Amino acid sequence: MSRAGPPRARRSYREATARRRLAGVLDAGSFEERLGPADRVTSPHLAALDLPVAFDDGVVVGSGRLGGRRVLAASQEGAFLGGGVGEVHGAKLCGILAAALRERPAAVLLLLDTGGVRLQEANAGLVAVSEVMRGVLAARAAGIPVVALIGGGWGCFGGMGIVARCCDTIAMSEEGRLGLSGPDVIEETKGVEELDAADRGLVWRTYGGKHRYLLGEADRLVEDDLDAFRAAAIALASVPRPIGIEALSREHDLLARRLAAHGAATDAAAIWRDLVGATFEELPLLEADEFLRAVGGARLEAR
Amino acid sequence: MERLEFELPSARPAAAGGAPVVVGVVASGNLEILVERAEAPDRCRFAVSTSAHGFGPVWRAVLEDFAARRAVAGLAFSVNDAGATPAVVGLRLEQAAEEFLGAAP
Amino acid sequence: MTTRPERPWDTARRDRLARLERARAVAPERWVEPGRVTALLEAILEPGDRVCIEGDNQKQADFLARALARVDPGRVHDLHLLLSVLALPEHVELFERGVARRLDFSFSGPQGLRLAQLVAARRIEIGAIHTYLELYARYFVDLTPRVALVSALAADREGNLYTGPNTEETPTLVEAAAFKDGLVVAQVDERRERLPRVDIPAGWVDFVTVAPTPSAIEPLFTRDPAMIGEIQILMAMMVVKGLYAEYGVRTLNHGIGFDSAAIELILPTYAEALGLRGRICQHWAVNPHPTLIPAIESGFVRSIHAFGSELGMEAYVAARPDVFFTGRDGSLRSNRALAQTAGLYACDLFIGSTLQVDLAGNSSTATASRITGFGGAPNMGSDARGRRHATDAWVRAGREAPPGPGGMPRGRKLVVQLLETFREHMEPAFVERLDAWALAEKLGWELPPVMIYGDDVTHVVTEEGIANLLLCRTEEERADAIRGVAGYTPVGLGRSRRAVENLRDRGIVRRPEDLGIDPRAATRDLLAARSMKDLVRWSGGRYDPPKRFRRW
Repeated sequence: MSRAGPPRARRSYREATARRRLAGVLDAGSFEERLGPADRVTSPHLAALDLPVAFDDGVVVGSGRLGGRRVLAASQEGAFLGGGVGEVHGAKLCGILAAALRERPAAVLLLLDTGGVRLQEANAGLVAVSEVMRGVLAARAAGIPVVALIGGGWGCFGGMGIVARCCDTIAMSEEGRLGLSGPDVIEETKGVEELDAADRGLVWRTYGGKHRYLLGEADRLVEDDLDAFRAAAIALASVPRPIGIEALSREHDLLARRLAAHGAATDAAAIWRDLVGATFEELPLLEADEFLRAVGGARLEAR
Repeated sequence: MERLEFELPSARPAAAGGAPVVVGVVASGNLEILVERAEAPDRCRFAVSTSAHGFGPVWRAVLEDFAARRAVAGLAFSVNDAGATPAVVGLRLEQAAEEFLGAAP
Repeated sequence: MTTRPERPWDTARRDRLARLERARAVAPERWVEPGRVTALLEAILEPGDRVCIEGDNQKQADFLARALARVDPGRVHDLHLLLSVLALPEHVELFERGVARRLDFSFSGPQGLRLAQLVAARRIEIGAIHTYLELYARYFVDLTPRVALVSALAADREGNLYTGPNTEETPTLVEAAAFKDGLVVAQVDERRERLPRVDIPAGWVDFVTVAPTPSAIEPLFTRDPAMIGEIQILMAMMVVKGLYAEYGVRTLNHGIGFDSAAIELILPTYAEALGLRGRICQHWAVNPHPTLIPAIESGFVRSIHAFGSELGMEAYVAARPDVFFTGRDGSLRSNRALAQTAGLYACDLFIGSTLQVDLAGNSSTATASRITGFGGAPNMGSDARGRRHATDAWVRAGREAPPGPGGMPRGRKLVVQLLETFREHMEPAFVERLDAWALAEKLGWELPPVMIYGDDVTHVVTEEGIANLLLCRTEEERADAIRGVAGYTPVGLGRSRRAVENLRDRGIVRRPEDLGIDPRAATRDLLAARSMKDLVRWSGGRYDPPKRFRRW
């Protein structure tokens, strides 16, 4: 039990719109949007299906400053069609990554809030996501760090989950979720014994920020707060990860060791207990800073 | 989608307004509104694309009241609507006008 | 003097003994194996009996309902069922199999459609649909149950029952049966050596069985703050400033819903900034809403008496005995009948939402194809004409209303309908004619099922403003006032602008700006808690939200 009382004042990252997140993470007033709503580059596929379009096709892209250094950034609007990546949306993401090769910013920030491919756009969406993956890797190969921020209500799933893990680093809040197939898909195809999607605690133990952090897949675990994400972005943007053969070998090494140590676990709780000891049950209830103190150095170092 | 267009008389705002502004999100029960400068000095324009069919008269009533209540002449409002109620539409219109004009109209 | 044969005066008592005798063959003692419960019921029940099955919208005697549904309809048939809430498929099965024929009840949630179909097919006779308190009242007048099937958390060897936080209606049902020579059968989650406290003494209970699975309790009153929008916050601000502060409402009941949750969550912020702590919202007849935690912690709330508990709130309630009614064991003691009475007579204000309102202020949740019933709302959402004690709010409301007979001054309870002008899918909430009429016509009922009558309603609050019906002196004024806050619904668009402006001058219709409220201030920043996690933090980790509300 902690002391009862009002929560610390914070501006929720999760509740903010895509544009507000950028405004909160980047230096105040520094964001300049490209292909904004006034340009009306909307989805021809949705129009053909007679569905509502969004003026920015659900993603905000542009340039700005982060801690004084020039960056390019993209922020997905999860509320629009679940943040699904369609042709135009994907092209904007690819465009900002291609621009990075020309403009050589200090970093690229991807504020991801997405279920993955926009199903209404089928192959166009699939192709778009794979091109985003290529764009991320190209930017990294050119020495430009790509940082993913995950903390929206739609998480980061599907092909975009793969995109996130192709980035240099990831900052997540506890509320954020990262994965490939979502819990409903797994329950539907494999049955409720495999994963009970209604067991929210289980869902967050499996996909949530705290678990991803403990597994070494998220580099930072932050409070659901715009300032906290901003601080994490500033720190991570200056730490690019090498992307050569040596780095990949080290990663495979760690993955193999992780699989050997924890591959038999059927619930994240078992892994947490192995890593942290008897206090593992309290971990979901702790604030981000308390959680980090409790975990200490027990986190799996991914790279 | 149903498309509706209105041109309504309104008073001239004190401020000129600057860069285009968008408020809201296209999600069920919600809408986005894009506000830009337009030419007509004593009228405002509304272009609505809505997934809820048959509510033309309600849109007209809501927008007429808004144009009469707020000084928004010379502005163009473009709307992508996914079935928002008049309460939400009214709220977003106010937010959009305020953000575009920069202060209390 | 001729002698007449002595009429027997203890037929019910002898009948009870006969039933107990028949039961002995099946269940020799009060503890009954779960597998023998159906046989027990076949032994103690007779065709045409009035049987009360416990169950309201939270707690259900579900195992006993299932056991009853399995009786041989050749032996047990045409029962007259008394139910607070017809919620389970098993309840419907009783009628489908002919085990039951007649029904008196108060509410039917998920089974509303099936119920309507059964009525149409003449498989069920509805005696009447009641409010909760009204139904309990009839258990002591003309609807006394012969057998009561109830639910408790635990029983000891003697058969004392512990009903715990969700005591709800158990004492009332058991009292009616036990003291009129009826029989009481209880299902419990577990048998214990020693109970934390005795809620129902063993002497009132005849048979006890352990249910194979614990009876499920629905977290009906939990609302995720993340779902509350700006429109609801605007309406909440109007209620706090234009009603609670204006009338000085210290005692109240909140109906269920996001609208009332928004009010609860702006008390520590908006109401605090208005200097209202200690002047409003002190004593409540309400369930332990998690959204009340910030107001409790901030010192607004002095007491709460509850109809039932709320899943996940048990530890928090036990840690706040100064506020809640708790037993010596420390856990909540709820009592639906008494909380309903408190809501009726001891509260200055009721506020709740509804589906439809007509131009006289009558409101209903009835639709043309479902039978839903009333629950507790009409009870609390009505003027308590038997009330006599005066408070500022009650006296002031009474002064605004037309005087009583012969010009006699009297008080009035504030009964507030709180709703947005449109529901989801652009369905207007304000209509010329309630769907309740269509339902009544279809089912052959004398009266349309009205939740709250227009002459009980004192205020209607929408996103457009507050209509004060107390100040209206004619039916036309009342209709104009309602049109004045009905926004862009067809009913609202039919208003005369001049009439509404006139009403505005007289304070009968007040818009946010008339109340000094800037709609732009209605943001989620005003919520003292914006997420379930915030509620947990406010409670110091004591509130344990049910699984479905977690995001961690």
